[in-house]
Amino acid sequence: MPDPKPGFNKEGLANVLLVAIAVCLVCSIVVSTAAVMLKPQQLRNQELDQKQNILRAAGMLPQGSNVDAQGRSIEELFSEFEVRAVDLATGEFTDAVDPRAYDPIKAAKDPARSRDLNDAEDIATLGRRENVSLVYIRERDGEIDKLVIPVRGYGLWGTLFGYLALEGDLQTVAGLGFYSQKETPGLGGEVDNPAWKAQWPGVALYDADGEPAVRLVKSRSAKGSEASRYEVDALSGATLTTRGVENLVRFWTGELGFGPFLDNLKSTS
Amino acid sequence: MATPKEVLVDPIFNNNPIALQVLGICSALAVTVNMSTTLVMCAAVIAVTTLSNTAVSLVRNRVPSSIRIIVQMTIIASLVIVVDQILQAVAYDISKSLSVFVGLIITNCIVMGRAEAFAMQNGPWLSALDGFGTALGYSVMLVAVALIREPLGSGTLLGFELLPRVADGGWYQANGMMLLAPSAFFIIGLFIWAIRVWKKDQIEEAEYEIEPNLQYKEAM
Repeated sequence: MPDPKPGFNKEGLANVLLVAIAVCLVCSIVVSTAAVMLKPQQLRNQELDQKQNILRAAGMLPQGSNVDAQGRSIEELFSEFEVRAVDLATGEFTDAVDPRAYDPIKAAKDPARSRDLNDAEDIATLGRRENVSLVYIRERDGEIDKLVIPVRGYGLWGTLFGYLALEGDLQTVAGLGFYSQKETPGLGGEVDNPAWKAQWPGVALYDADGEPAVRLVKSRSAKGSEASRYEVDALSGATLTTRGVENLVRFWTGELGFGPFLDNLKSTS
Repeated sequence: MATPKEVLVDPIFNNNPIALQVLGICSALAVTVNMSTTLVMCAAVIAVTTLSNTAVSLVRNRVPSSIRIIVQMTIIASLVIVVDQILQAVAYDISKSLSVFVGLIITNCIVMGRAEAFAMQNGPWLSALDGFGTALGYSVMLVAVALIREPLGSGTLLGFELLPRVADGGWYQANGMMLLAPSAFFIIGLFIWAIRVWKKDQIEEAEYEIEPNLQYKEAM
């Protein structure tokens, strides 16, 4: 910028206004250009990230890798899944929303699209639950092979967001993974520890009466016993996170979560 | 007048923004849990400080002193938003783990401090060097802290396993405190001590000295 001419009053009101407007104008142009130009890439990243979270929960991506054992990419693997919207109250598929553009977590904040949970119902401390949620289904030869549902619930410091993957029998866990959590690093934060997560595949969700029965326990029952089928190790030093994980799995597989939907699927298949 | 070399190199040890000026502590605590977020944060701060110093220096002769702070603030905030947007587009995972701390570069005292203290009085070239050098001093400190926190806290460095943890079947019992923010306070404190042992001129004079108690019988 050239030096101002002599006689120019830098502190005058005219210059104050001029500089203020010029700075705002230039800065807003720079910021909005950057935001608009980078938007498509950012949306692609978010979408890819969500797909990756779902695949990781389903145990289809090895730890720390973006391709599976056969070298297939996230896009390729995810294309086998079908996204469907589910009315949680009736447990039926619904066409009321476009599954690709629908955000269940946003819907849970909107009183028109969610229901209030009373204290007895709200074991996962959600406050409200959306009316319609999403499921991700992979079919093999006309049969359900994997089914992934979004889960969330309160731990110690904040809400844990994740996905629970079920096997085709809708009774066995295929994997559980959280993509966002605020638990204490080293204690509750161990929900992200691959060694702990490796216990989830194979755990049975419902007991003989069809009630959610998953338990996180300090000491496991004898191997092979009936009780041990529902058990996962608690996280040491993280009682509240452990309780939160147990509750959120029970809530989302229960009557107010995807329970009715899973019952419907079981009875039709 | 400082030479370009002094402007660039001085902030690294002689006038380190964290160790001597004790600025930018908040982000130094928050992002140093692992090395990859630390490196990205450092790159972001280097970019913002260098560009904001240059931009502020370019307009310094036109900006009325009555609104200079808000003008600096606007320039810095715009640059930070641009950097944040770029990170979200090209390094999504890391930008997620840095969460609000990229945005909080706006309030990092180092950026604002250099704009006000240096760029308002010096030409664009020197100001750019000053911004780069100061941010480099900040980065050296952050990288050093992360170099201690990540291996001791998680047994890894840049995600590669260094010390196999007990939780993963190894022998190293991870130090949980290293994962929490206060550990960075202790580490930075130890660094400040070490630097002042090496460079004695950084030791501040005591503000007052306690008088020896000559009338000790009074206490009895």
